[in-house]
Amino acid sequence: MAICTGCSLLCQDIEADVSDGRLSKAKNLCRKGHGHFQASFSERTFPMIGGKQVDLNQAIARAAEILRSAKSPLLFGWSNSTLEAQRVGISLAEKLGATIDDTSTFCQDSLMESILSGNLPSSTLDDVRNYADTSIFWGADPSNSHPRHLSRFSYYPRGEKRQKSYEEERTCLVVDVRMSATAALCKENLYRVSPGGDAEFIEAIISVLEGKIPRVGDKKKMIELGTLLKKTEWGAIFPGPGLVYSLQGNMEILERLLARLNEITVFKVVPMVGHFNTRGFYELLREKTGHVNRVSFKGGEIAHGPEQSVMAAAKSCDAALIVGSDPLSSLPFGTAQALARLPLIAIDPHRSLTTDAAEVVIPSAISGLEAGGTAVRTDGVKIEFEPIIEAGIPADEQILKRIMEAI
Amino acid sequence: MVSAMEIYMLLPKTNCKKCGLPTCMAFAVGLLGREKKIEECTPLIEEKKYEAKLNKLREVMAPLESASETGLIIHPEKCFGCGNCVVACPVNVAADPTHCGVGLGPQSDKVILKIEDGVVVANNLEECKRFGPGRVLCNACTATCPSKAIEFV
Repeated sequence: MAICTGCSLLCQDIEADVSDGRLSKAKNLCRKGHGHFQASFSERTFPMIGGKQVDLNQAIARAAEILRSAKSPLLFGWSNSTLEAQRVGISLAEKLGATIDDTSTFCQDSLMESILSGNLPSSTLDDVRNYADTSIFWGADPSNSHPRHLSRFSYYPRGEKRQKSYEEERTCLVVDVRMSATAALCKENLYRVSPGGDAEFIEAIISVLEGKIPRVGDKKKMIELGTLLKKTEWGAIFPGPGLVYSLQGNMEILERLLARLNEITVFKVVPMVGHFNTRGFYELLREKTGHVNRVSFKGGEIAHGPEQSVMAAAKSCDAALIVGSDPLSSLPFGTAQALARLPLIAIDPHRSLTTDAAEVVIPSAISGLEAGGTAVRTDGVKIEFEPIIEAGIPADEQILKRIMEAI
Repeated sequence: MVSAMEIYMLLPKTNCKKCGLPTCMAFAVGLLGREKKIEECTPLIEEKKYEAKLNKLREVMAPLESASETGLIIHPEKCFGCGNCVVACPVNVAADPTHCGVGLGPQSDKVILKIEDGVVVANNLEECKRFGPGRVLCNACTATCPSKAIEFV
């Protein structure tokens, strides 16, 4: 049995034969996970300085030199690294007085802040499987982002108190701006909102729960939704980036909805983060600094705010260490352009636009396949895993430790 | 997927009964259920004026030839590998309740649907509720598929 680090569900029932340099007889891997496993055999990186292949020791020495001489370095990425590597990364940021930020700075951070601070009630996905009779996917399309979400936890499996599962006991609702693949599975329970209309929709639900006529949406359908929510015994809301973007950091309104729902029945919020250990980084950094991302240790003091985000830091810093991420492809053009002008150090198992543009490239082992460690699933459950391939490539954690020693 | 009415439109529509069925519509349903073969409609094969219709009929019926005994057709190129069908299939759950039943990948060899190399594959089709004369028109696997990768004839 292996573990899949293709998304934040960290499926543990994977069987795969990876002997003789190729993937065969893979069982239970979804298409996304299969692609993730297969990618370990192509487009791998080599230690490089300025586009020329070098020895690993030379690459690490050069990386340490760049970071040591930088006045305000940026450490970015982290969502695709194990907890052990993230811990070393945070210590490195502290030692360098650097700015540290993660890949989801554009995404789920405000929601995670609310969940980790306890303002939004949360639970594990195993509880969802055992008890939930209503699952609401809000601005999320797990069929594409977390393909096994519905079959492992939220809709189709039988649970302790839900033996009849989707056939009789579970209802799945989707709130989205479009007919997504997940919405196609529960067409009668799709609530379409206009882009940016989620806050209004939440207000409408709150009015319906209080017995008032809602001001937006199809009134009859909204009243039906209110009745369904009131009848729910144990509900779970899965907010995706669609909801978080739409609320623009205004989590107070979602907190108000959850507080109202929890006066009537039990409702939990389970986040749907993207990369396999995004939540791990949030928890570690929050434990250390009180903030989930966008932190600067400059001058030995902890600073947090939009100025410490990758967008601002890319323009103000003088070197950047990128771990397991490809910001030059994924971030907005202005930020990517600013990053590309810096001396970049990329620690990545795969070749990407960022590794192509980087001054120093350090190859690392793929977590879950070639390196073991611990990761935090999207619902907060810690999962340990062992490597299934002996590749002889150092893990992120070992590389970062060596950089730290060299500094 | 082709419908019985579309097949009927490509038949002679003379109700000649040469195929042994009372009407061409009944023959169309028989073709769709794979109880009849195109060759049993002798006028369609023998008479020159039906040649265009025959060719069109062979064209629309071609995808059905890849269907299994239960009429199951899997389009692997559309499959997400999400496993919804694996967990929803009542035969899978009965064969492996401790895994399929609770959302995990099957460990038993008796299951019908499982995910291999990122896409769904079907085995043991004789266990499917749609198999044989006493079949039930179960649609647990098609109804739970987000990408329409599974179809029944």
